Amino acid sequence: MYKHLTPGALPSSMQLSNDGRLRHFLTIEGLSPLLLEEILDRAEQFLSLPEKQQKKAPLLRGKTVMNLFFENSTRTRVTFEIAAQRLGADVTSLDIRTSSASKGETLLDTIRNLEAMNADMFVVRHEHAGAAHFIARYAAPHVSVLNAGDGRHAHPTQAMLDMFTIRKHKGEFPPLKVAIVGDILHSRVARSNIHALNTLSTGEVRVIAPKTLLPFDVEKMGVKVYTDMDEGLRDVDVVIMLRLQRERMGSALLPSEREFFRLYGLTEKRLELTKLDAIVMHPGPINRGIEIASSVADGPRSVILQQVTNGIAVRMAVMAMIMGSGGMA
Amino acid sequence: MKTVIHNARLLGCTTKAAGYINSLGIIEDKIAFIGEEPQGFNAEQSIDAKGLMLMPGCVDLAAWLREPSLDSLTSETYAALASGITTLTYQPEQAAMVGNSAQFNLIQDINQALGHAHIRVLGNLTLDLQGERLSNMGSLKRAGCVGVTNGWQPLQSLRVQRLAMEYASTHNITVFIYPLELALAAGGVVHEGAVASRLGFAAIPSAAETVAIAQTLALIEMTGTRVHFCRLSTEGSVRLIRQAKAQGLPVTADVAAHQLFLTEMDIADFNPLCHVRPPLRAERDREALIQGLADNTIDAICSDHQPHEIDAKLAPFQQTEPGISALETLLPLTLRLVEQGYLSLEQAIAKVTSAPARIINDPAGKLQVGAPADLVILDPDYLWTLELDSMLSQGKNTPFAGWSFNGKVTQAWLSGRPIYRM
Repeated sequence: MYKHLTPGALPSSMQLSNDGRLRHFLTIEGLSPLLLEEILDRAEQFLSLPEKQQKKAPLLRGKTVMNLFFENSTRTRVTFEIAAQRLGADVTSLDIRTSSASKGETLLDTIRNLEAMNADMFVVRHEHAGAAHFIARYAAPHVSVLNAGDGRHAHPTQAMLDMFTIRKHKGEFPPLKVAIVGDILHSRVARSNIHALNTLSTGEVRVIAPKTLLPFDVEKMGVKVYTDMDEGLRDVDVVIMLRLQRERMGSALLPSEREFFRLYGLTEKRLELTKLDAIVMHPGPINRGIEIASSVADGPRSVILQQVTNGIAVRMAVMAMIMGSGGMA
Repeated sequence: MKTVIHNARLLGCTTKAAGYINSLGIIEDKIAFIGEEPQGFNAEQSIDAKGLMLMPGCVDLAAWLREPSLDSLTSETYAALASGITTLTYQPEQAAMVGNSAQFNLIQDINQALGHAHIRVLGNLTLDLQGERLSNMGSLKRAGCVGVTNGWQPLQSLRVQRLAMEYASTHNITVFIYPLELALAAGGVVHEGAVASRLGFAAIPSAAETVAIAQTLALIEMTGTRVHFCRLSTEGSVRLIRQAKAQGLPVTADVAAHQLFLTEMDIADFNPLCHVRPPLRAERDREALIQGLADNTIDAICSDHQPHEIDAKLAPFQQTEPGISALETLLPLTLRLVEQGYLSLEQAIAKVTSAPARIINDPAGKLQVGAPADLVILDPDYLWTLELDSMLSQGKNTPFAGWSFNGKVTQAWLSGRPIYRM
């Protein structure tokens, strides 16, 4: 069927153009600290611009951005829509689960069809690791791909909005201790955050979880592993809580919500172990009373809602940089 | 027809002539002499193989030939022959089961009409490969099956496995076990190791294989069944088989050639061509497998050939079909182990000829007077590069495209008939 195509490796290096600029945005891994900082700086500019002025710089005017969500996520999809609209692009969102994929169309055929509708950028959320790489590899040359989450692999814009939020509150990364808590095993957010924090030379990156929720040899990714939350929280500057999917409970990974909250839930009392000015983050949506107490989620140290706002600026920055690299030309 | 081949270096010879330059004569479908040509032999054809090697055709323990059809068998058996493989072992699978003599005969009938390679057949271990009731193993043996297997299909329980093994040993049939404890594999597609952790793949731990091997070994101790373990992939598996052999248990084992050259690192870029089952494992596993070959813990190297349409590999990694189109790299990769100094030439050749032949109780796989004249001439200095366009198999799914190899098959005989020439 696809006789002219050859399957093969999908190296992350394809996200960079020949002169090292962002061509697609697939993963944090392999990107330079300079490039990450450029994303943060660009986002800073967008955030400081009043909304009206942003609309005067329609970098994506005449471009079509298509949100391809093979997996449901209202929040992420909406922030991408807003980001693209503020840059002047035409935006279409497709919930592919309920359309072509369920009719047996292959991913490649779906992509070919959407290209025929003159798409310039695909924002892709997919249940399988490497799906965004795959689409970037086989999409038409003028199309750029932005990974909005692929399986448990990567969620690079989430990581960048987390870095943005941390930098806003804490300044430089090298002196910081950051703890990521909860279901590391199934989390693309954790993986992308670990790469981003390490790329930006964060002093210490910790993961805190029971062994059933830790990937094999996770310390090889450059983290310190704690199975005891009280130990792991000691003296940290930033706590990133992860969402615990409810379906994990029935699967022998964990005994009960109650025990999980007791041992790994972020409560006000536990928060006292961190530095006094530590901030609390969460990619959302939060499970109150499972991984985080309401009083903490709504408390003074929580920056969870700022993350959402920052998400739009960061996504605008990434889209603008891809445009500037000659992508979507 | 009488043929004589002169001046070849003989490999895989059971006599003193092994490794030396000598002559070999063929009468009809058998090897008639090795060494000096008897007076009055009067060969109709005489071949000068100066500078070349003469070896028995390779015996491949595992080729997934899918539904037997004229179309698929034509291309795949010809690809095999041109790559030095004269005997293929057919694997039953859900879409292509071997549960009765009719299914066995269909494969043989189609293949006999083609005449590119011999096909030996493994029959179903359980009825419809469902893992619940026994297949008609006694009849399958009488029809000509060289063993029975359930492939990657799980058995319902250890009790079924025990009974299937006992029944197989009643009929003196070797049971081919694909060691995998499904509950531990838990939907995984790659090795549970550093790369899977980084890429976020659901993963298959090494223990999914070693647990299955350990359980089977305990059943062998109890039943005395002869078992061949297919496609070892982990260090722990090699250790278990080594112990079992030292203990005197009737076990043999094989490894797929690609496991000796690729590791989990090769999937770091989501390369679907490296999606195989069992998964590519860590470097230390690869080293242990090679060591296992060298000390004869692992008897044979096979291709585990799985040709796929390109579509099957054009999807996100997890959604692609596992397997490599591997007939054309079995002998080249095996010879590469010699170049790298892991095996002697004779040892390497034995891993793809006499050793697998012994496992399926086949008279082929050796240069011996009276043995089948399934022969291959190899030019050891022929440097070539594997290119997708020139592959003969219908499946172009190989991660070895672009690899350069030393040594190529230039001529092959099947049952004494010269049917391939490069």
